[in-house]
Amino acid sequence: MNARFAAVALAALSTVALGPAKTDAQGFAGLGSNAQGFAVPERGFTLSFPKDHGPHSGFRIEWWYVTANLQAEGGRRFGAQWTLFRSALAPGEGQGWSTPQIWIGHAAVTTAERHYVAERLGRGGVGQAGIVADPFEAWIDDWQMKAIGPAGNDQLGRIDLRASGKDFSYRMTLTANGPVVLQGDQGYSVKSSSGQASYYYSQPFYEVQGTITLDGEPVTVTGKAWLDREWSSQPLASNQTGWDWFSLHLASGEKLMAFRLRDTGGGFVSANWISADGRTNPLSSQDVLLEPLRTAQVNGRDIPVAWRVRIPSKGLDVTTRPLNDNAWMNTYTPYWEGPISFEGSMSGEGYLEMTGY
Amino acid sequence: MKQAAFLALLSHWRHRPLQLVTLILGITLATALWSGVQAINAEARASYARAASILEQNGLPQLLPRDGGSIPTAVFAKLRRAGWSVSPVIEGDYRFGPVRIRLIGVDPLTLPNEGPAFPISGSSEFVDFVHGGGQLVVSPATAVRLKDVAAMPLKVSGDIPDDAAFTDIGVADRLLNRRGALSRIVMAPEQRPDLPALETVAPELTRQSAGDRPDVARLTDSFHLNLTAFGFLAFVVGLFIVYSATGLAFEQRRATFRTLRSLGVSLRSLTAMLIIEITSFAFVSGLMGVVIGYFVASALLPGVAATLRGLYGASVPGALSLRPEWWLAGMAMAVAGTALSSVQSLWQVRRMPILTAAQPRAWARASATALQLQSLAGAILLGLAISMAWAGSGLASGFAVLGGLLLGSALLLPAFLSKSLQLAEGRSRKALTVWFWADTRLQLPGLSLALMALLLALAANIGVGTMVSSFRLTFLGWLDQRLAAELYVTARDEDEAARLRDWLPQHSNAVLPIWSIEGNILGDQLQIFGVADDSTYRDHWPLIGGTAGVWDRVAEGQGALVNEQLWRGKGVQPGQTITLPGEWPVAVVGVYSDYGNPRGQVIVGLDALVRHYPNVPKLRYGIRVDPAAAADLKRQIVQEFGLPGSNVVEQDSLKRQSRAVFEQTFAVTGALNVLTLAVAGFAMFASLLTLSGIRLPQLAPVWAMGLRRRDLALLEIARTLALWLATFVAAIPVGLALAWVLLAIVNVEAFGWKLPMTIFPADWLRLGAVALVAAVLSVLLPVRRLATVNPADLLRVFANER
Repeated sequence: MNARFAAVALAALSTVALGPAKTDAQGFAGLGSNAQGFAVPERGFTLSFPKDHGPHSGFRIEWWYVTANLQAEGGRRFGAQWTLFRSALAPGEGQGWSTPQIWIGHAAVTTAERHYVAERLGRGGVGQAGIVADPFEAWIDDWQMKAIGPAGNDQLGRIDLRASGKDFSYRMTLTANGPVVLQGDQGYSVKSSSGQASYYYSQPFYEVQGTITLDGEPVTVTGKAWLDREWSSQPLASNQTGWDWFSLHLASGEKLMAFRLRDTGGGFVSANWISADGRTNPLSSQDVLLEPLRTAQVNGRDIPVAWRVRIPSKGLDVTTRPLNDNAWMNTYTPYWEGPISFEGSMSGEGYLEMTGY
Repeated sequence: MKQAAFLALLSHWRHRPLQLVTLILGITLATALWSGVQAINAEARASYARAASILEQNGLPQLLPRDGGSIPTAVFAKLRRAGWSVSPVIEGDYRFGPVRIRLIGVDPLTLPNEGPAFPISGSSEFVDFVHGGGQLVVSPATAVRLKDVAAMPLKVSGDIPDDAAFTDIGVADRLLNRRGALSRIVMAPEQRPDLPALETVAPELTRQSAGDRPDVARLTDSFHLNLTAFGFLAFVVGLFIVYSATGLAFEQRRATFRTLRSLGVSLRSLTAMLIIEITSFAFVSGLMGVVIGYFVASALLPGVAATLRGLYGASVPGALSLRPEWWLAGMAMAVAGTALSSVQSLWQVRRMPILTAAQPRAWARASATALQLQSLAGAILLGLAISMAWAGSGLASGFAVLGGLLLGSALLLPAFLSKSLQLAEGRSRKALTVWFWADTRLQLPGLSLALMALLLALAANIGVGTMVSSFRLTFLGWLDQRLAAELYVTARDEDEAARLRDWLPQHSNAVLPIWSIEGNILGDQLQIFGVADDSTYRDHWPLIGGTAGVWDRVAEGQGALVNEQLWRGKGVQPGQTITLPGEWPVAVVGVYSDYGNPRGQVIVGLDALVRHYPNVPKLRYGIRVDPAAAADLKRQIVQEFGLPGSNVVEQDSLKRQSRAVFEQTFAVTGALNVLTLAVAGFAMFASLLTLSGIRLPQLAPVWAMGLRRRDLALLEIARTLALWLATFVAAIPVGLALAWVLLAIVNVEAFGWKLPMTIFPADWLRLGAVALVAAVLSVLLPVRRLATVNPADLLRVFANER
């Protein structure tokens, strides 16, 4: 009954969102609705930077998504998330208050005991929220992700990240020690067998240094972070209901991105094996096996919080464990997003996102 | 035994159904008027609170520009980026064809959760609200008015007050052509503790804390106080009825009381029975009264709503909802009032010696001492009223003067009547005449309460009638002066306005721009108008004070005019300098009267206005043209510019509308007047009925001496008329004094303007005639009884036992 609730809608229209698992012919959260008037990703398009770090207002949805696995000096582990979604009600920038561009910020800190969440909403065109590609700056209210590297270098090479919410805040510096990675086919990432796709690139090689303040207590942390950039207008097929998405930092320095889009049939699986120097190796449904091992009751839903991930061609067979079962993003469009660790044929940590449950 | 005793007590009412009806009707009427008025007040107040919470988000602290202007969007963004949890609002009046709407543009993305519930929910509703052509969220009544004139989707919500529309800030920005200039910024009540100070982030803003009372509630206080006073007056008059009815019932049951006591019923249980009896009556009648009050309120509310809209621009729905507060208040008043009016009778029962002769006496006969005491109290009250009128200030003091005046006069009335009767008696020669006057004087104590009620009702009628008529006369004259232009044109946008400015001068004698902005002056949000230098203003504009060369100084941009409301309300004197928004100091050079407007207002020269506020909307124009050619010109404008007919208004129809608003404004007052008079008439009837029952001992000897029953009846009528006349004569000065207090004290406090008082004797005659009819009607039944009384009853007076 509140405006904010409505705003969720936005998130729903936009992004990660996962509405109720029962969906109609628009896929979940409207992400499968058709792209009328909006631009559609095309195979073969060449991404160029820093321009494509900035917003693409001709597309319906877009996000700048950072997840970090962090550790304090005594070994205490943390997860941190910083996300800015752009959700367009119509293509184009518009003027001032009449802009159709809506921005949604999500921030979270996860510990083994508690999951801290905050959400911010605002519209573009008036300065409250937005993105500038060069020099790079993304912000909503007093949250920001800002390039602090020397000019001329890759804008995302070194960034300052900060956000705050009730009882928590963080500020950290992310330094990339590897290149930006294009997902899918040179950044063209297919999302369904019927051809839905998005533009998708990542920066999975961040080293992090920073401070997390929980309930007034500052903690110095270090760790690894992963940035995802994705934009599209109709990323899901109308029968797809949600997804399970993994980003794994392997102890070897390699990275793995894998996702499964669930639908009324067998689902759609895609992955990318990234070598320590940033070379990509896209993998298809046949190569990747994702299998839920344990579900937990989270916010009244059954969420598969532990998984077995297998990629026989790479000799990977691991079991993932969440830092906190209850990493529930209680935002207007709710979903599960939290830090995980894994063991088996290889070990390491990463992030798991699950939507549409 | 107890049951039998109780039934014996109750049997009285079976024998005297008329008395029962009188008692119940008395309580019912008193409660009905009281609770009806309370219902109206409660409804209106609830509506203000709703409007304030929804429209002004007054539950939240706000940030306002220090200089009364607008807030650039960039300041909002700066606050957000500094971590402040704030949300912008753009609001203003917007015209959809002939319908004027308060447009409130909000940003649902940042609106604090702690604010009032927002009338949209769900994602698709949100998208409809924010996206595309926009959407207006309006009340059902407003939706009906906007249906054909607003080319935007409407969404109906019961939470929105009439004549207002909620919309997305982007839509409001576009319609009101604000280009991002915010009206105000609302704040979430809880902010992060380590925020940078407002003075550093946005020094141009000032903070207003939550819960400040809505302006409109403050403005309309006086109006509701007025209604309450009326309701209370009616209640008091109703209590007089109850007082006489219970008094009579107790008096007539003295024999029964004695018998019951002799049979062994204790005083305590007798008293308890009587209390149970009277309380039950009070409950039943109170309930009826509240129900009737609901209907009275429903009937009056549309009028009240029209008044509030006309006088204060306050929006109150025309329909009533049931509110427990006035149900309970009504019942409580009924029981308390009944208790108050029967306590004297109960006291007498308790003091009555058990075996005293059950001889009826004139039950309420006041001794000479009591009369003197009462007169003394009346004189003191009058004196207090006069000294407060002299020295007091404020609305409360105005009403205290009113109360003192009315109550003091009422208390003095019996003494006045007694003296008049003595005077008449002294001048009489014939024995019958002397007896007539003496007997009238004897009845005075029994009738005085009813006569006091009559005096109050008459005086209120004369006073309020004089005020309304004076107001009407002044207002209409002022309208004639003020609405001097023959045509009033409103352009739909600035481009059209520019074309009108080019086109109009060639087709008319003069074009007078009517441009205004709103801004903070002396702490209030007021309108600032610009006027052209034109003889229309010099010749017609009604000034009530000013310095030499007023209009020259205004035209040069050297001076400003303030309206009477600002002059009286803020004590702004000619010669003084006030600061207009944007740090513009300007000298006050004159004061003009501005009836029908509750707020302060400032007029400056047109050029100066545009120079200081280049963004002032330039949409409205008054056009001077030969009155005979006005209709033609209107047609031409409509054709040439494709303007809707409603955007071009002729002076005549504007005056007609203004008059209609005025008449509606006082329709409620008229209705309440009639009701009060009706209650007073009924009080008179009840008293006469009471007296006719207990006066046989006084009449029997006269009858025995040879006067026919018919003549006795005629004398009874003459007596009533004589008392009515005397009361009416007394009511005239009291009514005029009341009118003076209303016009010179209450009006100034309530509305901010003073009116010249005009006297309308013809109205008094009409009122006198109505009261006369009421008096005659009230005496008819008792007189018929007297004329047909059984001679045996008269004879029994002389028997030992009766």
